[in-house]
Amino acid sequence: MSNKDQYLVNKEPYYQPQSNEVALFEAAYAARLPVMVKGPTGCGKSRFIEYMAWKLERPLLTVACNEDMTASDLVGRYLLDASGTRWLDGPLTTAARIGAICYLDEIVEARQDTTVVIHPLTDHRRTLPLDKKGELLAAHPDFQLVISYNPGYQSLMKDLKQSTKQRFTGFDFDYPEAGLEADILARETGITRDIAAKLVKIGAAGRRLKGHGLDEGISTRLLVYAATLIGHGVAARDACRMALVRPITDDADIRQTLDHAIDATFA
Amino acid sequence: MPTPAPEFQHPQTRVYWEALDCRFPRVAAVFEECLYEALARLRRPGVEAYIDAARTLGKLGRGVEPALAFLEGWPAAAEAVGESALPAIMDLVKAIQKSPNGKALAPLMQTLAPVARRLQSPEQMARYLDIARELMAQTTGSIHGFHQTIPSPGLPEFFTQAPTLLAQLSLAGLGNWVDYGIRNTRHHPERQTEFFGLRSADSRAVLQRERHGTLFLEVERQLDFTLRALWGESEHLIPYSTAFDELRQPVPYYDHLGMRIPDVQDDARGIGGIDRYRAILAHMVGHRRWTKPVIADNYSPFQRMAIEFFEDCRVETLLMREYPGLARIFLGLHPHPAEDACNPEKQSCLRHRLAMLSRALLDTDHGYANPLLLEFVARFHAALSASAASTREIAEIALSYVARSRRQSDQYANVHFDDTVVDYRDDNRQMWLFIEEGDEEEAFDQERKVDLAQEPGRLPPRHYPEWDYQSQSYRPDWVSVYEALHASGDAGEIDRLLHKHAALAKQLKRLFDLLKPQDKVRIRFQEEGSELDLDVALRSLIDFKSGVTPDPRINMSHRTNGRDIAVLLLLDLSESLNQKVSSSEQTILQLSQEAVSLLAWAVDKLGDPLAIAGFRSNSRHDVRYQHIKGTSEKWGDEVKARLAALEAGYSTRMGAALRHAAHYLENQKADKKLMLILTDGEPADVDTPDERTLIEDARQAVKELDTKGIYTHCINLDPRADEYVSQIFGQRYTVIDNVARLPERLPQLFLALTK
Repeated sequence: MSNKDQYLVNKEPYYQPQSNEVALFEAAYAARLPVMVKGPTGCGKSRFIEYMAWKLERPLLTVACNEDMTASDLVGRYLLDASGTRWLDGPLTTAARIGAICYLDEIVEARQDTTVVIHPLTDHRRTLPLDKKGELLAAHPDFQLVISYNPGYQSLMKDLKQSTKQRFTGFDFDYPEAGLEADILARETGITRDIAAKLVKIGAAGRRLKGHGLDEGISTRLLVYAATLIGHGVAARDACRMALVRPITDDADIRQTLDHAIDATFA
Repeated sequence: MPTPAPEFQHPQTRVYWEALDCRFPRVAAVFEECLYEALARLRRPGVEAYIDAARTLGKLGRGVEPALAFLEGWPAAAEAVGESALPAIMDLVKAIQKSPNGKALAPLMQTLAPVARRLQSPEQMARYLDIARELMAQTTGSIHGFHQTIPSPGLPEFFTQAPTLLAQLSLAGLGNWVDYGIRNTRHHPERQTEFFGLRSADSRAVLQRERHGTLFLEVERQLDFTLRALWGESEHLIPYSTAFDELRQPVPYYDHLGMRIPDVQDDARGIGGIDRYRAILAHMVGHRRWTKPVIADNYSPFQRMAIEFFEDCRVETLLMREYPGLARIFLGLHPHPAEDACNPEKQSCLRHRLAMLSRALLDTDHGYANPLLLEFVARFHAALSASAASTREIAEIALSYVARSRRQSDQYANVHFDDTVVDYRDDNRQMWLFIEEGDEEEAFDQERKVDLAQEPGRLPPRHYPEWDYQSQSYRPDWVSVYEALHASGDAGEIDRLLHKHAALAKQLKRLFDLLKPQDKVRIRFQEEGSELDLDVALRSLIDFKSGVTPDPRINMSHRTNGRDIAVLLLLDLSESLNQKVSSSEQTILQLSQEAVSLLAWAVDKLGDPLAIAGFRSNSRHDVRYQHIKGTSEKWGDEVKARLAALEAGYSTRMGAALRHAAHYLENQKADKKLMLILTDGEPADVDTPDERTLIEDARQAVKELDTKGIYTHCINLDPRADEYVSQIFGQRYTVIDNVARLPERLPQLFLALTK
């Protein structure tokens, strides 16, 4: 089963629970219920799923969804070889065969008609019809489907169909509260608690601008980047500008505001 | 009437008096003082030139005022700009004397000293005189074209306002302001007087634009962000003007309506204007967070002042705890008075003491040695070390400070003010509760009576700038655009029109059906694709097996083919539309109606979002923008009724209409934005004699639209349009010569543009 082993998460990923989500996920997995994780970008959704896969000792197949993805990218397709055609399983099919956790990251990025293929796997049937191949694949008993999406886009086009939404149990994720976030930064990158707290403060300033010129606040991931840069000896202000401000906005006013927040925080 | 020569004691004075050769008694009365000042400030040749110039001024026949003002003002002015500036000034005086502008001499001389203080160098002075000379040359009128006979109405006003202007403008800015005034009011004496007297709205607007420093308007958005990001507050920011109040500068404050802050901030003490704004906001936020109002009635004004200083320092300390980087700004802006700057024997040192204390409370490196001050700094920090303390606790410390530091001289009228004003602090009105309406307190915010019955029936005007090609700059807020829904008529009329063109409509429908978006299109025969096209793959495999070269293009892929265009059709509804078209009985307006109806009907079938609006103008103060169809409105009876009621009248001020329309189209969420302009003539308006102005303005508006990602296209019905339309729209225009065919051509054009 080397095929299966390559998807296993071997080392414990660092994950700091925000509340009881670990226990809830375990319960959902015990019942093999499909799970949806919602939350802004960079708040730890993917890390959480990775951690759960490690904890449950299940293989994890991650698919980053995008607009050009078609149903056959998920399910599989015929390829040509010397003797004719050959069927190649897509990631969803593979996961259903080997009993892995299939994680569709940023599912709203995929087109709505694409995401419909997951429907038969996510209700009581737990099957995947491969119509082109003429096979009805019954999912492995350990198989579980997890999707994540970011409700912050607020775009009509980027939303899930109701029929898709109503097949999942859900978790709401958000950026951790300030103390916890500072702990995470300190633990993940080894910077001092004091600097971590300042970074979190700048992060909070950016998050207050969400919806007022920023589409998305400064994520925990970016804070980790900034902390990493600082850990490598970059001056704090430069690191913040580089990791926290420049990536998220092209708006000169917002940039100057955040630069001011950085200057005000790191005296 | 001859006056007896005054008897001067000093022989030197007598010599100069004779040299002055002046009989005005008012001059005689002050001559000795003026001369002493001149002797103290000027070198010997300078004094002679001074007397000489004054003699010339006295003999111009313009009364006593020019000479008197010069005698009094020049010594101080010369100290600021140097004695070498005098010949240039006297040249201007001669030029003025030769022109009919003699009345301007007195104000020129009266404001010489304050102007000189602002300018500080002979070169700058020369530039100032050049500006004045230019103004005089351009605005002095002549009747017959040879001799200038009518005095410049603006020149005396200009000299009177010069100190105010120079306090806020650089010389370049002053030049622009004067230039603007000359160009726009040259033919209108009353307006010119108002402009140069700083009484007209235009004049103030241009002044505002040319001011130095950081303008509130430019940083408003940033300040909003700062308030939100750093402090998690959102508050209405209301600028107050610092331009027109020389004596009593307004101070920032906040109340339930919002935060009042100055409309411009110069850089000061190495701190940039934007940082000064941030300091003001931070300080007010601090008060809002931590200051609890206390009852003021039992305190004396001195006590209140001390409490305010202490409380200001408390909130700033707390603010700096939150954001340590603010210390740089606060300490940079806070004055650092020298300990011995005030003499308690002669002056009231209250403010000086408090300013020093305030500095010491914020700045650990204050360097003061006064033991009382040090003691209270320690008490202050002790109170704040454990918690944030409260306004009440801080007030107690302040009161005991007042009690211990009081001096007899605090009552003196001569108050030491230098270096004691902390200009980023607000006036602390929110800190006090007054139980009784005191006799010494002003009521700042008396409730204004708002007459609700006078709520306007229509939307307030929106102001747009207009491009002035001569100065290559915008005239700020020049045009007022009023918008409204177009009046309604009989919707049946439009149906009849459509019926009349039934054949054309059918043809159009076929064309438009071809354009209908098919969301997903399959592209077959691809070498690389997302999916195997099994039909083709099998054929290729059979070819391969049977020894024929197989076709490698066996994949297929999908492409999405959506149409995402927002369209706005802008109709020129000016008077010229009422002309009859030569080849038919219809007016251009009726033909436009038909064309627009057909287009709107067809686009509705296609499903693109389409808005229709009309515009006309009657001078810059009255540009009408009428909505005929909103973007999300269905093509139904209401829209048809409005279309049926189209009327033409007045003129074509295109630039403003373009800008206003763009403001709507800009907010559409579509990949492509198209603005179609249907017009029958060039931009023109009754108040703009120079026809190029509005053409250039429209061209500028088109450029602005380009940068906003709006594609403009003009459909012009004027056969002579080629002369100007390409100037405005570049290549994006179509001239329809045969206007009778408009109903047919308009939808076709639309198709061609959006295919």
